[in-house]
Amino acid sequence: MSYIPHTQEDISQMLAAIGAKSIDDLFKDIPVALRPKSFNLPAEKSEFEVTQILRKAAAKNATGLVNFVGAGFYDHIIPAAVDALTSRSEFYTAYTPYQPECSQGWLQAIYEYQSIICRLTGLDVSNASLYDGGTALFEAMMMALRHTGRNKIILDSGINLIYRMMLYTYTSNLSIEFVEIPVEHGQSCREELFKCLDDKTAAVIFQNPNFFGAVDDHSDIVEKVHKFGALAIASVYPVSLGMLKTPGEMGFDIATGEGQSLGIPLSFGGPYLGFMAVKNQFVRQMPGRIVGATVDSDGKRGFVLTLQTREQHIRREKATSNICSNEALCALRAAVFVSLLGKEGFQELAQRNYQKAEFTKEALSRISGVEVKRSSPTFNEFTILLPRNADEVVRRMIEEGFACGFPLGRFYKGMDNYLLVAVTEKRTREEIGSFVDSLGAVL
Amino acid sequence: MKLIFELDKPGRRGFSYGANDVSATNPLPKKYCRLNQAQLPCLSELDVVRHFTNLSRLNFSVDTNFYPLGSCTMKYNPKFTEAIAALEGFTQLHPLLPQLSSKLAQGSLEVLYEFEQLLKEITGMSAFTLQPLAGAHGELTGVMLIAAYHKNRGSRRKYVVVPDSSHGTNPSSAAIAGYQVKVIPTGADGYMDLEQYKKQLDNEVAAVMLTCPDTLGLFNPRIKEIADLAHNVGALMYYDGANLNAMLGKARPGDLGFDLMHINLHKTFGTPHGGGGPGAGPVGVNEKLVEFLPISRVIRKEDAVFALEYNYPKSIGYVAPFYGNFGVILKAYAYILALGKDGLTRVAEVAVLNANYCQSRLKEYYDLAFDKTCMHECVFSASRQVKHGVHALDIAKYLIDQGYHPPTIYFPLIVQEALMIEPTETESKESLDAFIEIMIKIAGLAEENPALVTRAPLNMPVKRLDEVRAARQPDLCWKKS
Ligand SMILES: Cc1ncc(COP(=O)(O)O)c(C=O)c1O
Repeated sequence: MSYIPHTQEDISQMLAAIGAKSIDDLFKDIPVALRPKSFNLPAEKSEFEVTQILRKAAAKNATGLVNFVGAGFYDHIIPAAVDALTSRSEFYTAYTPYQPECSQGWLQAIYEYQSIICRLTGLDVSNASLYDGGTALFEAMMMALRHTGRNKIILDSGINLIYRMMLYTYTSNLSIEFVEIPVEHGQSCREELFKCLDDKTAAVIFQNPNFFGAVDDHSDIVEKVHKFGALAIASVYPVSLGMLKTPGEMGFDIATGEGQSLGIPLSFGGPYLGFMAVKNQFVRQMPGRIVGATVDSDGKRGFVLTLQTREQHIRREKATSNICSNEALCALRAAVFVSLLGKEGFQELAQRNYQKAEFTKEALSRISGVEVKRSSPTFNEFTILLPRNADEVVRRMIEEGFACGFPLGRFYKGMDNYLLVAVTEKRTREEIGSFVDSLGAVL
Repeated sequence: MKLIFELDKPGRRGFSYGANDVSATNPLPKKYCRLNQAQLPCLSELDVVRHFTNLSRLNFSVDTNFYPLGSCTMKYNPKFTEAIAALEGFTQLHPLLPQLSSKLAQGSLEVLYEFEQLLKEITGMSAFTLQPLAGAHGELTGVMLIAAYHKNRGSRRKYVVVPDSSHGTNPSSAAIAGYQVKVIPTGADGYMDLEQYKKQLDNEVAAVMLTCPDTLGLFNPRIKEIADLAHNVGALMYYDGANLNAMLGKARPGDLGFDLMHINLHKTFGTPHGGGGPGAGPVGVNEKLVEFLPISRVIRKEDAVFALEYNYPKSIGYVAPFYGNFGVILKAYAYILALGKDGLTRVAEVAVLNANYCQSRLKEYYDLAFDKTCMHECVFSASRQVKHGVHALDIAKYLIDQGYHPPTIYFPLIVQEALMIEPTETESKESLDAFIEIMIKIAGLAEENPALVTRAPLNMPVKRLDEVRAARQPDLCWKKS
């Protein structure tokens, strides 16, 4: 099946109009010597056959486990209306709304998404989306480097290791000095940080809650960072913002994060949603598309892509970013998700996550040999110290039907006995109970 | 239409989490809590559904309108691939599960592995990373691979060469990865000026980035010579795969002399564009670059067991957190399996046929940028119409009024008043004929009654919007007035 509607007659008529003898004639510019050396692909299949192949593949994945793995990517409930609305092909088969008059639906939806992100983060301006939380953090860092003209970046080591690795990869051909600040009792170590902070520093970057689940109030640090003329950047978990002090309230200049938790399925790593919000003064340094409200020639409100002189299609090598396609459909999912929950629902979502995690902590701490780390408050994820190697425990727990957490030894030396446990609103009291019982039995 | 915030009615809820089954616990200390509740709108589920459904109806899309947006390959997106990407066995899978045990994600790892094998055969490359999340992200990954390659050979080259017809993402990607950009002009024949190119090539050039067929829709018959010249000075050849649709089964970047490339799955392999994304931009490389590919990589062990491998000491590291836009990869994989060898070749043939048909039928009425057989897209200039005060933008707006999404306008930048038409293979002769008739009508109106064109659109929810005001007085976030 190739979805081509042409009949033999169509093709003959079209070739005649072109003045070509055959379709092959149209490819005459490709020298014969350059034709494919091989093109050994399988024969065509019906959609039924292909669906069967992929159903079989899907069935080989273990999706029946009760999930307590988070580590930056969370198993949340997704209302059915999110799928229903974003499955409308008037949304998903359109492209970037370059032509505003025939794209008002998309443009308005993105403007609404931007406004929602501003309200969640407590900052002034959001863009239309970036690829994911990691690339969004990279873009934020690049903004700080450009804005300050400096080249030193201070990273809190509570930032997801994968994101830190991404920052190192992206900058390996640039000359940027990175300093990593250790985490102390779960939180950002002020003392070390203030030692490194100087007038060469372009930005200080945190994650809240950090990778270990710990919640912090960075207000004191942000104030000092600003005294040195550097920018403060936070990577945040949007669901937590239903409850936690916002980047805006702490004085951060830029907030980024992974928007997957806003109605986007885990889907083995993507597509996800990178979001970014900034203070007004940085808007012209922002990467990516931005939608603005304006009026038409009758004075009626309408929406357009704006401030495009930042972008690659105009500024080319001087653009603020190379991004072109973004994650618009995922941004739409986020906008629909938040609209369904509303003000009260969104707060309740955050509180439920917090409460279920606290409930789980209590229950786990009753298992002898298990130590729940409590040196700092947490949101919906926390670390526990096991009496044995966490990898082994994880394997035994899989047999019991649980993905019981992320073994921290995978990312951190010397943490082989630690497990990072996430509890979302999706986990029932019953599931939590049998999780705790099974863990007790396995140990 | 009202904004979602303007529909706010405190007390309404569009979703319920049911009763809380855990008892209240110790509260989070105030110091860590937000001071003010986020001011989100309160609506019923029906309010939300009606709002977004009505918004959707204000868009043109492939499913509702002919959408010949050049360079973007707005072909039909088969529905069964959506159903596959929505299978719970895929959507529910946490990306870190393989860290617990690779047994947990065998189905997904198999898809990634098999998809890579197909891409290799289609392009003639030796290996792919599926991590890049869009075309431009693939370019950036590619330029980082290029930098790693030269570094490994003990050199740090300074420049990336691009033609002046290149897409903006090419020079931008090169600059972000730390290179300076050298631009080669297009010659009178529509191809990159070979003499200028030769002059710019030296051992400070890290790579040459080309789109092929180029953004004028032309296949340069001297492509191999261009590649050889680059290789002679030790530079690498990067293939921007945005236009791969025209090449399927007809030529492979690997055979043309390219060392690395990206593919826009959302163009060539029929995955929907999602209103701007998500797409996916896998990067393929030949033997020279395999060792530098990002980690992780999916390998197949004996007994058809799949695993993630991280032990590549020269790898550039991570360009995305996991394995790419997996949901998009699934759709592209299903598409390739459905079309098969003959179907994919047919795609290129009919895409090229459709573009040449539009070009032949319109060239009497509009100036062609270069009068040659084109590949999958043709580029006109509205220069003849401009004499009557009708610009490419006006033509676009008139088309909108008639229910047609306009072609890409003002790109490539080197063509004055460019109109770049890419019909794609999935459009029938009837839809092309109807579009051509309107284009001919516009050409006539431009001469006889240009005001009819320049005041369009009149039938849309809004008339022309004040873009200057949008940029001068930015209103980017809704505030209660
Ligand atoms: C020639 C060309 N190169 C690169 C890109 C960038 O691809 P993406 O939008 O997937 O990032 C495009 C997109 O339109 C393109 O047309």
